[in-house]
Amino acid sequence: MLNFIWAFMMLISFVFAIISGKMQALSSSVLSGANSAVELLISIIGILCFWSGMMEIADKSGITRFLSKIFSPILSKLFKNVDKDSSAMRYISLNISANLLGLGNAATPFGLSAMKELKTLNHNKGEASDDMLLFVVLNTASLQLVPTTLCAYRQSYGSSAPYEIIPAVWLTSLCALTVGVTVAKVFSKRCR
Amino acid sequence: MSFIVPLIVILFVVAGLIKKVSVFEVFCEGALKGLKTVLSIAPTLIGLITAVTMLRESGAIDALTVLISPVAEKLGFPGEIVPVALLRPVSGGGSTALLIDIFERLGPDSFAGKIVSVMAGSTETTFYAITVYYSSVGIKKIRHTLFAGLMADLTAVIFSVLTVRLFLT
Repeated sequence: MLNFIWAFMMLISFVFAIISGKMQALSSSVLSGANSAVELLISIIGILCFWSGMMEIADKSGITRFLSKIFSPILSKLFKNVDKDSSAMRYISLNISANLLGLGNAATPFGLSAMKELKTLNHNKGEASDDMLLFVVLNTASLQLVPTTLCAYRQSYGSSAPYEIIPAVWLTSLCALTVGVTVAKVFSKRCR
Repeated sequence: MSFIVPLIVILFVVAGLIKKVSVFEVFCEGALKGLKTVLSIAPTLIGLITAVTMLRESGAIDALTVLISPVAEKLGFPGEIVPVALLRPVSGGGSTALLIDIFERLGPDSFAGKIVSVMAGSTETTFYAITVYYSSVGIKKIRHTLFAGLMADLTAVIFSVLTVRLFLT
């Protein structure tokens, strides 16, 4: 997908530069673009490393496990066919908790294990079960409590309050999640 | 809202101390992981930001914005955010490059800058998540997963405009 998009962006800019006679500007943008990307990367290192360190402390202090205990009652209401004490439910709640803390590297392995368990529960059929579908929809929404990389970008471009968007992000995520789950549930019922 | 970040930091450190975690060592381990993350996103970001800079300098992004703006502004949001919203579910890196372009030209605290911030913070790369999770268990019939995911993304776009209008202007 990205192959196509990336090539397309360059092709379009070449064609546009010919039409608008901006070939000189395009030519210098190749170097300045790469340069500004490196400047950006360097400027986000500090804040990104800081938050990764913080999240590592959270993980080692058992906050991930603590969160997953809080969420498993709510999650077992959503996942009707998954037993509350099964390993599938454990992986699901660990995945959600790791996502909340922004531990992407930890969340994905938990999620993959959850999918495997859910497939076994569905008798290894080649079609997605209601529960698998819901789980993937939860993972297409962003659950991260502190969007660290985003705040690092904001800081790097001189925002006076890089974190001020966080409450709005929470509200927006919650609404998006509610719509995603509702659509998943309603269509699951209808198509049965 | 300025207490949120310090509070989270203190909460984590205190929780670590209670659980007898050697907080500074663990912090350094995590920070190293962060450094590796920066390194691993570097090639993607360099490639895509260059492509987006080329798009902007050639006048293509301006042309698209001019085309979309009249409709967008009638609906109450700036036209600049439309390319980000369209690319967001498909490509995380691509939409990040567009977001950074907006930060650079209009600033992260501008109306458009705040909207794309909220949008980026509240959505994931829908197509990527679907591909990773279903392909890992070899499932091709995904039923209405994509539809549900995209409806959630659309909701996020609408609410990022609404929340910025209500709380952040």
